[in-house]
Amino acid sequence: MSDGIKGEVRSFLTERISRAKDVTDSDDLFKTALVNSMFAMQLLMFVEKNWKISVGTEDMNLDNFRSIDAITAFVNRKIAA
Amino acid sequence: MSLLSPHHQKFKDCFAGLTDSLIVPSASQHDAEQNTPPEFLMKLADEGVLGAFLSADCGGAGWDILTQGLLCEEVGRGSVSLLSLLAVHSMVCRVISKWGLAEQKEYWLPLLASGRAIGAFALTEPETGSDARNVKTKLTATDGGFVLNGRKRWISFGQAADVFLVFADSEQGPAAVLVERNMPGITVTPINGLLGFRAAMLAELVFQDVSLPASALVGKPGFGFSHICNTALDQGRFVIAWGSVGLAQACLDASIAYSSMRIQFGVPISEHQMIQNMLSGMIADTRAARALCQAATAVKADGDPASIVDMSIAKFFTSKVAMRAAADALQIHGANGYGNGYPVERYFRDAKALEIIEGSSQILGQLISRQVCAAEIAKRSEARYGVKSETAA
Repeated sequence: MSDGIKGEVRSFLTERISRAKDVTDSDDLFKTALVNSMFAMQLLMFVEKNWKISVGTEDMNLDNFRSIDAITAFVNRKIAA
Repeated sequence: MSLLSPHHQKFKDCFAGLTDSLIVPSASQHDAEQNTPPEFLMKLADEGVLGAFLSADCGGAGWDILTQGLLCEEVGRGSVSLLSLLAVHSMVCRVISKWGLAEQKEYWLPLLASGRAIGAFALTEPETGSDARNVKTKLTATDGGFVLNGRKRWISFGQAADVFLVFADSEQGPAAVLVERNMPGITVTPINGLLGFRAAMLAELVFQDVSLPASALVGKPGFGFSHICNTALDQGRFVIAWGSVGLAQACLDASIAYSSMRIQFGVPISEHQMIQNMLSGMIADTRAARALCQAATAVKADGDPASIVDMSIAKFFTSKVAMRAAADALQIHGANGYGNGYPVERYFRDAKALEIIEGSSQILGQLISRQVCAAEIAKRSEARYGVKSETAA
């Protein structure tokens, strides 16, 4: 399950960011300056649409979106909830 | 040519009737008076216009997003000032719907849906426009709440709004708060003497030691720009993109009517090839703008992340189309178009605002270019190196 989610998250990144191919699963996306505010909204819509989950105020935590690993763990938690 | 289903065409016809019967007859007068009277806003509310962007469970219309776009187009055809009301009001509705606390939703959404409260979006400051991350307004935490200090400018319907969605800097980063107009420490000053947008009731807001309860906060500090503000701006671009199509259509309608009755050299000027060239450009532009909005709206309805860029592209294009159409409409009307005996002079003045609000054409152009180029480069990189199938170590 996680591998599938992780693969889709990685695909989402690499389809939009040229340098994403160099990012490891644990790299901090914000520190690498790969993402901007428009991307933050796109990422939000991506996880909501792809896994039919709703991201709300309670999920507003950068640690949920900091890396490919973090996004994968977040999606898994939301699916399980 | 219509790409609409009979269901949506029926809505569009209904909205067109509302615009022709209620909005068009008073638009020039409101523009001249630099005012939209409260009783007129109540009429709009009674027609359900202010609840157009909310779901039925909180008292809204519960319309699908294409229907909302069609409403924006028709309102934009009648009055760009009122279009700006739809923009800012719906931005507040959307933010509360998406990010609001349960108690904020419960209190504000029924009021906003019924029009008993009007919302306004307070981001821009005297020293801060497009550089929205660097707002100077300060939100300081206190025991059990916050204190707000700062100044906002160019706030559409700031003179009429009951609640402001205010963006401020806090210790934890950008934050957004809902501020009721009647709180002590708020001063609202009308801004008049504008080129266009004259009935949009723009205001300057000053917040001086305004005490806010903890429940005023929307979302979490630090996410005020990246999520709250961008949620609102995405909504605003949707409204302005569709409304720009409406203004372009109004320019076209006025130009066809005028050119078919204005006789020069013994024939209606619509029979002169130079005029025909301008009309055909407006027709093609307007249809292309509408088609682009419909396409972006379909992507948005699907919840697709691509809709963020697609709607920015739509707003970027349609606002330029509206400006071109307004300039050509005025030119077709000649000296008559330069005076206030015809509405095209108002269209011309108002069109400029569409290229500035909810992301200027230059800022949107930068965002679109960066996003599309990055995706294109990524696609080529993927094709060359097979990156998509890789898993980084």
